[in-house]
Amino acid sequence: MRFQTLQQLKEICETEQLTIAELMITEQAHQSGQPREQIVKQMADYYGIMKEAVRKGIEEPVVSRSGLTGGDAKRVHDYLTVNESSLDYEACLALAYALSVSEVNASMGRIIATPTAGSCGIIPGVFVSAQERFQWEDEKLVKGLFTAGAIGYVIANSSFVSGAEGGCQAEVGSAIGMAAGALTELRGGTPEQVLHAVALALKNCLGLICDPVAGLVEIPCIVRNGFGAVTALAAADMALAGVRSAIPSDEVIGVMLQVGLAMPSQHRETAQGGLAQTPTGIKLSKQWNQAEQ
Amino acid sequence: MRFKDVFSIIGPSMIGPSSSHTAGAVRIGRVARKLAGALPEKVDIYLYGSFAETYHGHGTNLALVAGLLDFQTDDERIRDSLNYATQSGMEISFHPMQQSLPQYHPNTAKLVMQCGEKSYEVIGCSIGGGNIEIIKINQYEIKFSAAYPTLLIFHYDRAGIISLITHVLQQYGMNIGYMKVERATRHGEVLTVIECDELTNKEVLKHLLLVPNINEVHAIDLTEGDQQ
Repeated sequence: MRFQTLQQLKEICETEQLTIAELMITEQAHQSGQPREQIVKQMADYYGIMKEAVRKGIEEPVVSRSGLTGGDAKRVHDYLTVNESSLDYEACLALAYALSVSEVNASMGRIIATPTAGSCGIIPGVFVSAQERFQWEDEKLVKGLFTAGAIGYVIANSSFVSGAEGGCQAEVGSAIGMAAGALTELRGGTPEQVLHAVALALKNCLGLICDPVAGLVEIPCIVRNGFGAVTALAAADMALAGVRSAIPSDEVIGVMLQVGLAMPSQHRETAQGGLAQTPTGIKLSKQWNQAEQ
Repeated sequence: MRFKDVFSIIGPSMIGPSSSHTAGAVRIGRVARKLAGALPEKVDIYLYGSFAETYHGHGTNLALVAGLLDFQTDDERIRDSLNYATQSGMEISFHPMQQSLPQYHPNTAKLVMQCGEKSYEVIGCSIGGGNIEIIKINQYEIKFSAAYPTLLIFHYDRAGIISLITHVLQQYGMNIGYMKVERATRHGEVLTVIECDELTNKEVLKHLLLVPNINEVHAIDLTEGDQQ
């Protein structure tokens, strides 16, 4: 890849008059030696799987394998079709869709890791709800996934994207930054606005620990995917409105790395701290372990 | 760069719930299956570290067995892989290990397979995002990711044999990206691991077996249908 930082990514796009999505497709073709059509086709297949996962948890309650979680996506969706939600309808829909994909993941259903399985709900939640709202063609959203991928590529190589390494900020945080940046470009934002969206989104996630109850990708992972989709919408709105992040995105990513490195191991996916070690967290973990035996 | 391309960020397509505990485990199982060349009759699966502690919750056991059945990371049959294993006559025993292997990654599995008269041992680690590292085959300490088509060649330690192997690969126009020669003893048996850019013509495997002092040739190619 010709870029290692978001600043470099932005500069190349500006010089060559390309969207981030177009640049990423070209770079991927060059890197893999595969024709452009094949790469776009693979991403389109992935988008199809995302849409399927969105539908699944909305149509019927999806319960996790452990039985500890499930049905929340449908619950939120039913609520928003009858009631006036506190968010507007579209933001609440993004929330419901993100919960759905995360619930499908916890039930051993099929998802696309974006960038991981633990954070797989955020990008589909944002993308599929935006597609319905703005009546976009699939092709446009597939391009948006390349934008998200380019942002994720920089974050993953400059910092980390797994909870075990950098806490939830690395996993759910990265996904929020990717979704916010991609939505900004999809809605006509410039590469510079995309970078501000990423920075704004990531700043709001710094320090978030990874503390899954019983070590399962369920509590609090699923609701954090829902919240993450809404945060991404807010960050994209701010960037499109012209709000600028005083601290540039690459520097925010650097902070994420520093915070993650300083995070104690009990807050990095080991279930030895945080929500996992609350009295109720311990009780749920014991219940689940007994049920298993 | 730890993450090489867009599909290591968007992807893999997988059955949940965890890219390291589920998708990575499927890929370790698939490497073992490709090494065996057919369905093994009996497999002992040893789980270490976080795999031993949380394998039930993440379906790591189902995922490893699914890999042994040659299912891909996004195959919906993964959930029922234990039933498929029983139906196909593969006997599986799980051994969650109390002691960890400090030299290895926290997510590690050892698979010991019986295939007719032969037995194979594979140790693999799941290092995140569905990516894996195979660190031991039988008595040989090696390292490969299975992200590329990989040849495992068991042969005797003889002067010039590597040149004969690479000559065959050259005839098939195969480019070597990584290579490791690990010998048990001098003049004894050797395992040579070769990662290639692509493996399109399987004839190369038969051709390699014609080389004197080569005993076994295995192709580990997870790129067939496995979007990684």
